Amino acid sequence: MRWLLGKDLVILRRSRVLVAVLVVYPVAIALLIGLAISRSPGKPKVAIANLAPPGATVELGGSKVEVGRYYAQLFSEVQPLPVATRAQAVAKVRSGEALAAVVIPANIASKLSSVLSQGQLEVIYNGDALQQSLAQSKIQAAVAQANLELSEQIRQLASRGIDLLLQGGDLSQLGINQPRLLGLEQVPATLDGVIARTPPGHDRQELERVRELATFAAQNLNISKDVLATVGQPVQVNATTVHGRRTPLDTFAVVVAVSISLMFVCVLLAAGGVALEREEHTLARLIRRPSGAARRASTPADPAPRRAPPHRSALISPEGLVVEKLLLAAACAWVLAFAMLAGIGAFVTLEWSRIGLWVLALAAGALAFGAMGVAIGAVAREVRAASLLAFLLALPLAFLALVPAGAVAPGVYDAIRVVSAVFPFKAALQALDAAVNNSEPALGGSLAHLLGLTLLFGALARMGLRRA
Amino acid sequence: MSAGAVLEVSAVTKRYGERVALREVSFAVRPGELVALIGPNGAGKTTLLSVLAGVLSAEEGSVGGGAQRIGWVPQQPAVYTKLTVAENLALWARLERVGDPQDTVRRMLEQIDLADRADEQVGRLSGGNRQRVNIAVGLLSEPQALLLDEPSAALDPIQRGRLWQFVEGLAAQGTSILFSTHNVAEAESYAGRVLVLDEGKLLFDGSPRALMAEAAARGEAGEEIDFEEAFAAYLLGREHGQRDPTGPLPGRAG
Repeated sequence: MRWLLGKDLVILRRSRVLVAVLVVYPVAIALLIGLAISRSPGKPKVAIANLAPPGATVELGGSKVEVGRYYAQLFSEVQPLPVATRAQAVAKVRSGEALAAVVIPANIASKLSSVLSQGQLEVIYNGDALQQSLAQSKIQAAVAQANLELSEQIRQLASRGIDLLLQGGDLSQLGINQPRLLGLEQVPATLDGVIARTPPGHDRQELERVRELATFAAQNLNISKDVLATVGQPVQVNATTVHGRRTPLDTFAVVVAVSISLMFVCVLLAAGGVALEREEHTLARLIRRPSGAARRASTPADPAPRRAPPHRSALISPEGLVVEKLLLAAACAWVLAFAMLAGIGAFVTLEWSRIGLWVLALAAGALAFGAMGVAIGAVAREVRAASLLAFLLALPLAFLALVPAGAVAPGVYDAIRVVSAVFPFKAALQALDAAVNNSEPALGGSLAHLLGLTLLFGALARMGLRRA
Repeated sequence: MSAGAVLEVSAVTKRYGERVALREVSFAVRPGELVALIGPNGAGKTTLLSVLAGVLSAEEGSVGGGAQRIGWVPQQPAVYTKLTVAENLALWARLERVGDPQDTVRRMLEQIDLADRADEQVGRLSGGNRQRVNIAVGLLSEPQALLLDEPSAALDPIQRGRLWQFVEGLAAQGTSILFSTHNVAEAESYAGRVLVLDEGKLLFDGSPRALMAEAAARGEAGEEIDFEEAFAAYLLGREHGQRDPTGPLPGRAG
């Protein structure tokens, strides 16, 4: 086997384009992913036509809320290109200089102050669907955040008014020029003194009714502040992960990228290695079992009568050939995947203390992918067909393994789970995720799964080699 | 078993599903014999050689004989085009577990007259030179019997002449050679014995002269015909190959 391994290494070394692709591919992918992850997504350029007068404020209950704070929140999520008019904003979008434009109308402050109608922002989009989607989501998020900020200011203002109504005090805070006001909470006690001095009769009954109303109003107005807070932000999110610790998106992206690279390099090398033996017509020469003395086949009359006479063994057994091709592809892919993982580690924080588990997960994945590649190569008649078959199989498998539960109908998802379970990509992804991110399912189960798939595809490859 | 046979084939039958590729084929090859296997396309020549080489297994019958080592040279050169001539020979010598691979390679390079191109990648050689490397690989284990499948198919006349000179030299040294060919003239020129195979059945086993005599004796051919015509006439007479026995013989007008 070692001579064959040496031969394959020599051939690999002489296939300069292939070696260049094998080296450049993971390096390029590592750099791209690293840069993509380490740099925050760019803010879309948005033309802003702010037609509202400078320093405009919204007046609510005599208090002023600055509209400028609203704009600041809005502009923080985009790269603003200030323009003077709506027409200029539209021109920026048309020319492609801006992905979108936001027109803030001159009357926004008065609209908000009126409380009877909402303020209106005009948003103008251009570009392809993806660019529109990016700009739209950014602007919607910014508007939502700005609305939240504004509603919080209004809530605080309303809350202060409620406090004044309940506890009384100086109404000048609310812009009302009046002497100190009695609070609703103080009304019952004040009335009690008056009622005690009032003789029984109609007047006293009326005063008692007013005291009941004041007590009821004070109690219920007290909870209205909580109601206002709830209306301002009705839903709060508390995140809980069912199992394991939550995998950060950037390190999961690293795991996906490395797993895909491991799969492609390994499957293509293994499939190509076996197919090359067939293409060069050397496969039959390698695994033929020439007769030594006598080689006897069974006959109808004598189906399995005697011990098979001694055969001269093949130059390499089919099992040996499967193992040799598998090991070569797995070793090459392992080295490249590890280098890629380490390279991305320069951009993303990885737990280097878990390096032993990375090695184990990558090795198990490489073996399973190698076995799958050898099986593909054993079926294909030539290298090009093997490469095409490997691509056609590997690419959808990677996509299927990444389909989240709930994204498709339950029956379809069950089918996807079965398909993903009988090919190595999902198990390799889970193993590497567990090794790198300590996520669930546990590494042991994924390693056992990969070992089983290695044996399964190894057996299929052995069967495929019968057609030497 | 024939006394002293290097290769003895007894009632070998091979099927591909429902199709019978070989039907109870039996013959023996003696030491130093040069035997040609001829027949029309699809006769089963490559299948028979593949069974003898151990590439395919037969459903029935046996393959035996005194040969401990059987060399096999497939029709398509089975060598690595990215390796040099010397690297190919060294690799196959090591896989064949020959005693001194380097010495064997040197000897073989001289034998196939490619010593000056030992460091050239096989993929850059001409078809004829590739075939010489292919044959050399088949000879590395110094086999007692050598199976050659259409060895001259891709060669020009000069290369063909050199090939047969080489093969005759091997036979003269005692190597038994069984070769298949489409070129019936080659069979007559170089083989001491011909086996005629058609539709998986062995129809004739004897010398080229005996085949011509049999064709003439049956009245299937005139006296002044060459071996190729005799072969065609023989097949027609046995109602194999072309089914119209009254039709013109190949290569002869009228």
